[in-house]
Amino acid sequence: MAEKNEATSGFIQTRWMEVAVGVLIALLGALVVVDSHRVGAAWAEDGPQSGYFPNGIGWILVACGAWVVFQQVRRWRANAGNVFVTYADFKPVLAMLLPTIGYIVLIGLIGIYVASAIFIAGFMLFQGKYKWFPTLCVSVGVPLVIFVLFEIWFLVPLPKGPVEHMLGF
Amino acid sequence: MEDIGNLMHGFAVALTWKNLLFMFVGILLGVLIGVLPGLGGANGVAILLPLTFTMPPTSAIIMLSCIYWGALFGGAITSILFNIPGEPWSVATTFDGYPMAQKGRAGEALTAAFTSSFVGAFFAIVLITFLAPLVAKFALKFGPPEYFAIQLLTFCSFVGMGREPPVKTIAAMMIGFALAAVGIDTVTGTLRMTYGMPALLQGFDFLVAVIGLFGLGEIFLTMEEGLSFKGKSGRIDPKIVWKTWKELPRYWATSLRACLVGCWMGITPGGATPASFMSYGMARRFAKNRDKFGEGEIEGVVAPETAAHAAGTSALLPMLTLGIPGSPTAAVLLGGLLIWGLQPGPLLFVEKKDFVWGLIASMYLGNIVGLIVVLTTVPWWAAILRIPFAIIAPVIVVICAIGAYTVHNNMFDVVMMVVFGVIGYVFKKLKYPLAPFVLALVLGDMAETSFRQSMLLSGGNMGIFWSNPLVGSIVTLALVILCWPLVGKLRSRGGGGGTPAPKEA
Repeated sequence: MAEKNEATSGFIQTRWMEVAVGVLIALLGALVVVDSHRVGAAWAEDGPQSGYFPNGIGWILVACGAWVVFQQVRRWRANAGNVFVTYADFKPVLAMLLPTIGYIVLIGLIGIYVASAIFIAGFMLFQGKYKWFPTLCVSVGVPLVIFVLFEIWFLVPLPKGPVEHMLGF
Repeated sequence: MEDIGNLMHGFAVALTWKNLLFMFVGILLGVLIGVLPGLGGANGVAILLPLTFTMPPTSAIIMLSCIYWGALFGGAITSILFNIPGEPWSVATTFDGYPMAQKGRAGEALTAAFTSSFVGAFFAIVLITFLAPLVAKFALKFGPPEYFAIQLLTFCSFVGMGREPPVKTIAAMMIGFALAAVGIDTVTGTLRMTYGMPALLQGFDFLVAVIGLFGLGEIFLTMEEGLSFKGKSGRIDPKIVWKTWKELPRYWATSLRACLVGCWMGITPGGATPASFMSYGMARRFAKNRDKFGEGEIEGVVAPETAAHAAGTSALLPMLTLGIPGSPTAAVLLGGLLIWGLQPGPLLFVEKKDFVWGLIASMYLGNIVGLIVVLTTVPWWAAILRIPFAIIAPVIVVICAIGAYTVHNNMFDVVMMVVFGVIGYVFKKLKYPLAPFVLALVLGDMAETSFRQSMLLSGGNMGIFWSNPLVGSIVTLALVILCWPLVGKLRSRGGGGGTPAPKEA
């Protein structure tokens, strides 16, 4: 692995992330201000209107976002070398984030128990390089324990899918 | 004296077999949460909150607060044995705790950490016992302006005392306020900032935010760092405990300072994390063997642990008496109280005496139980950390998803949890603090209501915040704290030279 090369060539710069987050914060502030004016940010007969307080919050957000961006731009050159994350380090983060998103979608489709089993099994097989036997134990055992704990012991229903319905739950 | 009587009554409430069992279970769960990456006091309590809805409120809060004590204890284990702070407030413990473990003195370090945690917590509980009723009595006279002033003080102390850049603290806080305003306006019933999306009608629940920010965010960070847990073994035998206990009284001065710093930071919500750093810094400054710090000095373990626990515990004082939590975990506990139909605040001390004093009594018992449990079960916890991350990570994600779902039985919350997870990851990396974000989300509606009520009282005149000495001095103090970072900047520019910030682990 050419790790040195990756560290010097492939990374997301902190300054870009700072600016992006600053802009997002300012945009969020703008959204808040716009909506506050929609519901009324002034003083009515009977007191402050609904947008009175959020309006102030929105403007402070815009100011904060602008200030964050300004601080970065002011030292744009000097901040060039700051690493937010290298691509090499970011890969495992994506390896966590993407399956998690898939997992959430699966919960909606087939219920939380089967989805959890698939998610845990997939993670152990591909990330942990486990053999099938330990994988099977953990990926079936954990949802089973959760099932007993929530559905039977504490009577908290969780999302279920076709498999659970087939078993009569 | 009335308080002592109340406290005794509280012990009678807390000391049933059932409650003792809940305490024990809570401590065990708490230590587990504190030891595992991605699960901490705040999101651990948030995830377990729905399980307690069917329990009587007193038992439920006893269990949940014990989870909190357990998490406070648990953080120290990973710091000392693995050099991985399980919780942000135990970062300072790694400075001297891990070097001690490397030198084979893990047992001493752990004993010192647990014992000083206990001392810090105990000091804070005694403070709560005697101060809380007074504060509550005093707060009965509070009107909206006073409440807003206290809330202002809460948020200004984050800006003034936090270690993050002030503008980022303010931004994080304001995002919290903005998200809190989404949904139905509690005063007029107007829909705000839903932009036509029905899913936003309910607004953002802070429990979901807590689970995402602290849970998933932490998992992403851990993935990035690619941690492999290589720890020192932690065996504690009674001889080492006894030897360490004999040595500890020597550090009474450090301990006392740490208690005071911790309580101050806990009540004015600086939080446990800055308290532990501050206490460590002070201990180093006052110590004779200053250069030995960082190489395995027992005093360097005592100072941050005592302060962190004192702060973590005393954060419950404003939560109970004023309804203003001093830390994210206290905020989650507050959310629990509201769900059980208990409105924290001065009236709680009048109307729900059993509950309040039962809780305070359980704090004494819980910490004693906690100390015994952690001292006897350390090797077991260390073994849990040796389970590879490829197994732990997906299981924690599953637990977080269940926690987020059970808040409202709503899939949208689970989606939001992932979004908050990403936000948590980016914010942590860019040094936006998460605690003010969460507290603003919790207190947003309350702060807005008290602000609007004050404005109504005064007819829109800001002068109401200086209308009497009490509210005036609180608001002024808040503004001074808010501007504190500016003062520091001016001074360092003038050549005074600030104190060096404690090093990051």
